Amino acid sequence: MSTNPISRFFRWFFYRSRGDSPFKTILIHATLIASCIIAVYPALRVVTISLRPNDTLLTTDLRIIPENATLDNYKEVLFGDPEKNRQSDFFLWIWNSFSVVAVTSIISVILAAISAYAFSRFRFPGREAGLVFLLTTQMIPAGMLLLPLFIMIAKLKMINTSLGLIIAYAVTSVPLTIWTLKGYYDTIPVDLEEAALIDGASRLTVFTKIILPLSTPALAIAFLFSFMGGWSEYLVARVVLQKNEIFTWPLGIFTFAQQFTVSWGQFAAASVLIAIPVMALFLYSSKWLISGLTLGSVKG
Amino acid sequence: MENENFLRKNLPAILWIAVIASIYFILSSLITPFSEGITLNTEIVIERLKEIGSFLFGILGGLAIIEIYFFQIFFRQPINSTANIITRVIQVALGLLTFTIIIYFFNLTDLIKLGDGPISSFINTPFDIFTSLQKSLISAKIATKNSGTMIAGIIISLGVLALYAVIQFISKPRSSRVGLAYLLILPAFIGVLFLIIYPFLFEIKLAFSNASLGTQATKNAEYGLIFGWENLKALFTGSVAKDAKFLEVFWRTILWTGINVTFHTLGGMGLAILLHRPLRFKGLYRTLLVIPWAIPGTIAAMALRNEFDSRYGLFNILLGNLNTWLTTVSQNTVNIVGIGNGFAWLAATIGPVSWKQDPFWAFVSVLIANIWLGIPFMSVIILGGLQSISQEYYEAAEIDGASRWQQFRNITLPLLRPVLTPAIILGVVWTFNKFDIIYLITQGGPQEKTDILVSSMYKAAFQFYRYGFTAMFALVIFAILFVFTLIYLKVSGGLKSATE
Repeated sequence: MSTNPISRFFRWFFYRSRGDSPFKTILIHATLIASCIIAVYPALRVVTISLRPNDTLLTTDLRIIPENATLDNYKEVLFGDPEKNRQSDFFLWIWNSFSVVAVTSIISVILAAISAYAFSRFRFPGREAGLVFLLTTQMIPAGMLLLPLFIMIAKLKMINTSLGLIIAYAVTSVPLTIWTLKGYYDTIPVDLEEAALIDGASRLTVFTKIILPLSTPALAIAFLFSFMGGWSEYLVARVVLQKNEIFTWPLGIFTFAQQFTVSWGQFAAASVLIAIPVMALFLYSSKWLISGLTLGSVKG
Repeated sequence: MENENFLRKNLPAILWIAVIASIYFILSSLITPFSEGITLNTEIVIERLKEIGSFLFGILGGLAIIEIYFFQIFFRQPINSTANIITRVIQVALGLLTFTIIIYFFNLTDLIKLGDGPISSFINTPFDIFTSLQKSLISAKIATKNSGTMIAGIIISLGVLALYAVIQFISKPRSSRVGLAYLLILPAFIGVLFLIIYPFLFEIKLAFSNASLGTQATKNAEYGLIFGWENLKALFTGSVAKDAKFLEVFWRTILWTGINVTFHTLGGMGLAILLHRPLRFKGLYRTLLVIPWAIPGTIAAMALRNEFDSRYGLFNILLGNLNTWLTTVSQNTVNIVGIGNGFAWLAATIGPVSWKQDPFWAFVSVLIANIWLGIPFMSVIILGGLQSISQEYYEAAEIDGASRWQQFRNITLPLLRPVLTPAIILGVVWTFNKFDIIYLITQGGPQEKTDILVSSMYKAAFQFYRYGFTAMFALVIFAILFVFTLIYLKVSGGLKSATE
C-alpha cells in the first residue's frame, strides 16, 4: 500500500472492474467527456449569448463567458426598458402558461385518480374496450384532432382565452394520466383493501383512506408529467391564442427568437430564466419521472 | 399541554406558510420598484383566477348533477309503484333535457344542422328558457351582466337538485355490483367523450366536406361523399400544403423517423453501456448527459434555430474554423505527395454550409437537432433495462470463456428486448408525429423540403385554411398509424397485458 498521493489518486481513479486496462478506462472517460461536451455546450451557448452586451451580440466568438459580460439582457427581459418606453411581458407570459397548465394538470389528475381506480379494481362490462381505447389514444398524434378542436373552441367563443387552451391540452393529458395511474394502482396489493372491506369499510372509505394516501407519489408524478407536457407546448397554443396579452411563454419568446438580430440576447436571457427552474425540477425529480415512465406504458 | 401539542402538530404547516409569505414579500418588494415596466398586475391575476374558478365551478357542478342522477339509478329503488312512476317520469324528463342540451351543442358547433324546423325549436326550448331567466334576473337587478349566466345556472341546478330530493325521499337503498365502477368512470368518460370522441366524429364529417376559408369554416360548408372523394384525390395527386406532393412528404417522413430512431437507439445504447460500468464520476456524467432532455423542447429548438444561422451560428463558426485549419495544414503539407492533396480536397469540401437555403442541409439541421434532443431519453430507458439484468449471467459467461461481443450478442441484447421493443416502437410513433422541432427550426422550408406529413397537415389547416382537405389528411395519417399500432400490439402483446 503506497502512501504516495499521486499513486493513491491513480488507484482511486482507475478502480478496476472486470479487468479494464487503464488505457481503456481513459478511453471511456474521454468518450463520455466528449459526449457531455456535445450535450452541454449548445445549452451553455444560450447562457453565453444572454450575457453578451448588445453591441457585440453578433460575433463568431466561442468563449463561454463573453467579453464585457453584462446582465442588461436579463434586466430588460424582466423589467422592460424605461428609456425605450418598452414594457416587459415576461411575467405575464409565465402567469398565462402557469395558470393554463396547472389547471389542466389538476383536472386530469382528479379525473384520472378516480377513474383509474375503477379500471384497476372493478370488472365491469366495457372495461376492456375502455382500456384499449385509452391505449389507442396514446398513439394518436395530438395534432390530428387539432382542427376539429379548433373549430369547436372557436364556436364556443373560447379562442384567445385560457379556457380554450385548457380544453385543448386536456385532450392529451387526461388519457395519459389515467393510463399512468392505472398502472400504479395495479401495483398496490389488493389484500390491503380486502382486509379493510372485511372489517366493514365501504369502497369509498377504502379509496380515500388507503388507495389515495398510498398513491401520493404516483399522483405527484402524474401531475408532473401532465405539467411538463403542457408547459413548453408551442404548436397548439399558437393556434388557440393569437393576442399578445394572452400568450404563453413559448409563443412569447418565439417573438424574440424570430427577430434574430434584434433580440437574440433577450431571447437567450428569457430562455435561461425559464429553463433553469424547469431543469432543476427535472433533474431533482428525474428518478421518479423515470420510474413513472415504466409505470404505465411509456409516453413522453 | 394541549397548546403545546397543537403547536407541535401544526409547526411544519406554520413554517411553510411563513416561508411562502416571506418569499412573497421579498419578491414583491424586489419587483415593486420595477412594476412600471411589467405588464402583469394584480388585476390580471384576479381576472384570470375568476375566469378559471367559475369554469371549474361549472364543470364540477355539472359533473355532480350527472353523478347524482346515475347514483339514483344504480343505488335507489322506489318504495312502491306510484313512487316508481314518479321516479321514472322525472328521470326520463331529465334524460331528455340532457339529450336536448347535447343536440344543442352539436348544432352550435355545426356537427349537425337543424335548420329552422319544429325539431330545432324544441331543441332550443331549454336554452330559450335559460336565456329568458338570465335576462329577467339581470332586469330584476338580482344579477349583473357578468354573473347572470352563473346565477341562472345555479337556480336551474337547485331545481334539478329538488327533483333529486323527491326521488331520494320516495326510494330505498339497494346494492349494485357494478354501479360504483360506472360512477367512478363517469367523469373521465364524459371528458373523453367531449375531448376525443366528439372531435373525432367531427373530423370524419369535415373530411367529407368542402370546408375552407371561403365557406367560413363550417358555416356555409357542403357535405357529401363527392367532397370526400375530391379531398382524397387532392391529397394523393395534388399538393399537400403548397407545393409538396404526398408521396415525397411520405418518404421524407419515413426517412425522418428511421434516421432519428436509429441514432437515438444506437447513441442511447452506447452511452448506456458506458455508463453501466463501474466508473468514477458516473453520477456527474449521467446528470450532464440528460441535460438536452431536461431543457424545455421549445427553448432548445429555438436556440438551435439561431445556431444554424449562416454567419453567427455555432455550426458554421465551427465549420469555418475547421476549414481555416485544414487550409493551413494543406498549405504546409502541399509538398508531401498524397497527404497534401488529401488535405486540399478536405479543405475544399468541408466548410460553412447554408443551413437555411439548401434543402438537404436544412433537413440535416432538423435531424441534428432532434437527434441531440432524443438520445438522453433513450439512454436513460436502456440504462434502466441494463440495470435489471443480473450480473450473474455475465459471470457465468466469463467462466465459459465468452468474449465481450458474444456476451453482448447473447446476453445483453435478448434480455434488453422487453425494454427495447416498446421503446423503439413508441419512439417511431412519436418521431412520426413530432414536428415541433421542424416547425420551430425551419418551418418546413425551404420550399417545404423539410416538411413531414404531420407538419404539412398543420400547415394545410392553419396556413392555407383547407379544412376539409386537412380532415381527410388527418384520417389518412391516422390509418397509417393505426396499422402500425396494430402491428405493435401484436408484436409486444401489449393488448393482453394491458387489459389483464
